[in-house]
Amino acid sequence: MDQPALLEMRGITKEFPGVKALDGVDLTVRAGTVHALMGENGAGKSTLMKCLFGIYSKDGGTIRLDGKEVNFKNAKEALENGVAMVHQELNQALTRSVQDNLWLGRYPKVGGIMVSEGIMAKRTKEIFEQLEVTVNPKAIMSTLPVSQRQMVEIAKAVSYDSKIIVFDEPTSSLTEEEVEHLFRIINMLRDKGCGIIYISHKMDEILRISDDVTIMRDGTWVATKPAKDLTMEEIIRLMVGRELTNRFPPKTNKPGEVILDVEHMAGRYTRLKDASFQLRKGEVLGIAGLDGSGRTEVLENLFGAMTREGGHIRLHGKEIQNRSPKESIKNGFALLTEERRATGIFGIRDIKENTVISNLKGYLMGGVCLSDKKMREDTDWAIQAMHIKTPSQKTQIRSLSGGNQQKVIIGRWLLTKPEILLLDEPTRGIDVGAKYEIYQLIIDLANEGKGVIVVSSEMPELLGICDRILVMSGGQVAGEVDAKNTSQEEILTLAAKYV
Amino acid sequence: MSQESKDLAAKAQKFSGKQVGNLLMNNMLIIIMVVAAIGIAIYRPGFVAPSSLINILSLTAAYLPAALGIAGCIVLTGTDLSAGRCVGLTACVSASLLQSVEASNKMWPNIGTLPVWLVIIIAMLIGACVGAFNGFFVGKFKLHPFIVTLGTQLILYTLLLLYVQMGNNGGGTIGSLDASYTDFVRAPLFSIPAANGASIPIPRYVLYSIILAAIMWFIWNKTTFGKNMFALGSNEEAARVSGVNVLLTTIMVFALAGAMYGWTGFIEGARVAANNANTGLNYELDAIAACVIGGVSFVGGIGKISGIIIGVIMLRLIFVGLTFTGVDQNYQYLIKGAIILFACALDMRKYLVKK
Repeated sequence: MDQPALLEMRGITKEFPGVKALDGVDLTVRAGTVHALMGENGAGKSTLMKCLFGIYSKDGGTIRLDGKEVNFKNAKEALENGVAMVHQELNQALTRSVQDNLWLGRYPKVGGIMVSEGIMAKRTKEIFEQLEVTVNPKAIMSTLPVSQRQMVEIAKAVSYDSKIIVFDEPTSSLTEEEVEHLFRIINMLRDKGCGIIYISHKMDEILRISDDVTIMRDGTWVATKPAKDLTMEEIIRLMVGRELTNRFPPKTNKPGEVILDVEHMAGRYTRLKDASFQLRKGEVLGIAGLDGSGRTEVLENLFGAMTREGGHIRLHGKEIQNRSPKESIKNGFALLTEERRATGIFGIRDIKENTVISNLKGYLMGGVCLSDKKMREDTDWAIQAMHIKTPSQKTQIRSLSGGNQQKVIIGRWLLTKPEILLLDEPTRGIDVGAKYEIYQLIIDLANEGKGVIVVSSEMPELLGICDRILVMSGGQVAGEVDAKNTSQEEILTLAAKYV
Repeated sequence: MSQESKDLAAKAQKFSGKQVGNLLMNNMLIIIMVVAAIGIAIYRPGFVAPSSLINILSLTAAYLPAALGIAGCIVLTGTDLSAGRCVGLTACVSASLLQSVEASNKMWPNIGTLPVWLVIIIAMLIGACVGAFNGFFVGKFKLHPFIVTLGTQLILYTLLLLYVQMGNNGGGTIGSLDASYTDFVRAPLFSIPAANGASIPIPRYVLYSIILAAIMWFIWNKTTFGKNMFALGSNEEAARVSGVNVLLTTIMVFALAGAMYGWTGFIEGARVAANNANTGLNYELDAIAACVIGGVSFVGGIGKISGIIIGVIMLRLIFVGLTFTGVDQNYQYLIKGAIILFACALDMRKYLVKK
């Protein structure tokens, strides 16, 4: 480690209500090196970068750039001080041209107010030639494939003459050839003396391109080692190495006969390419995979919330269509959506309304009027059966904790008497105690003979409560493993199969 | 030809077929309107007589500036409902400041006749202030422009009602304008000889509208402000992290729109020449309709000056055409409404994200 430290982050701490997202994390990036930042989903990589860019304000710790302490208030300030980032989600003005995007916020001016298209074109050409990017600078952004938009974003970050450039999953939408191109650019920047922070899930890339590797887990720093001393196995062990004791209720459910058979399901507009699997009565089937691997798409295509391109769904051997959520509910399906706040709860409505909303037909009297008594009884049932902690039925659901909100929604679905429950990230944003209760609920449902499919980005959770786990990769099923005889390492390897 | 290249050729054919379909679909409204105009011209040849065409041209010129202004608000995914009342207020102010000294009930008897250029500045300044007010509420408090400008529309109406009560006017119509004013706006630019030996004048405000359109084109396409406006409409977050001053840009877009309504008010004051509290009523609806027809999208970040001009022309063409065919006046709102719905549906079709 002979190069000088360019960026030093020391003891960075960040707390969100109820969660310690970062706990004393250190990161030192030396000039002229590529520093890989690794960790599972939710390990705190993005939060750390957001603290660097001032998108979040850190609660503790210091950041030094070139030995000088800095505290950026926003992305603009970071850019002006030579810290740039290529975001995973592209943040671009899609209706505008490539070069308009490239120089947005710092257009070359003539006469005070006019934009000099000439200078802009010249500088664009220079930077594209330097980076060997072959994108038409006049093309409208939305007409370009995602990989080219990604290259424009990379060129933009480089064009700020940054000392530190963060690449957040830059290769997720690139072809192999384009990845080679990106690596040439990164090597060039390294030779120029820049410090590169490289965030990726792809082990082989990390081992190839990086000089140092920092591994994070659960918001804490785990290790920083030279890449040449690391192996793929070693990295995975450091990433996942946590103990699993008593975090999950005993698995008492017994899978029975096959009730659901899905063959070659694919999405018409979504990135689900091919999924085939079976679900048994009383079984908990997990779906694992990286972000963007098509996990959520499996559930939403099955539920009819997305349009399917082909494939067959058989329930008890009988072909069903599930063209819309309404039809799926009739067929005995229920879907707990991934984004609870956006697509799960009706925040300003009370517990009762949130509980009965999917089952209103059940409360009709004479076909017109809803029976308030029945609705109150069912809501009481849900509050007791799900152990929902709420002052009353009249409480606005948004004032409950995440765990209790989730229990209300599970109660809502149980009132529709579903046979198959699709749960998308059922424990996201829920504290540890409440997670256990949700796990118990899932096991109980399976014990009652329901089929449960659980999508989760937390692997220990899938290993703890599922019978089998389906691993998605690049929109396809990469493999199916028995939860009792597998390891996180095996799942991670499968998840990287088609990326 | 190998099988592979045949496949490729077939693919290209299919692709271009789809492209042609899309092109047709995306310009469907204009195609329908042109066909309708041609139909009317065949049915009633008077529709395309020079006098009628110049009438359409003049009306287009009168309605264009407001549309140019409101288009900026739409580019920001907003709208501006205060445009019509703003036109009304500035029309009454302009007319009251430029009544001839002989007018029997001159509103402000003591000011004599102000220079025309001063009144133009006053009218545009009033408009710009109203716009900046709108823009401030939109940008600072993140209110939807629909709400903000609905509020301003009502506030302006009271100001307008109070204004026409002031001085010697007593709520009446503001007319008897000074010749310097009416000449500046309406005097013939040049005349075109018509069939029966008469000549049809083209009013001066047509020229002004052409100049304004050119200035707006320059602002939209050549200035930092214009580019920032489009970037902001396309992706506010991207604009913000790239260092664009979002609040200032929003205020400026609305203020520029307001200045355009001020100009429209100044022209309308002399063009209609009978100004009261109803002047300018519902102008924003015509302006918004013209923008939508011309491809300024409510999705944001999309729009062209040429499109807006075409939109205004098309709308006027249809209205004048309807008059020619003798369609009941009551139906024109139905047709206006249908055009707006159809245009927006076609527009959204382009941007729908299918799941």
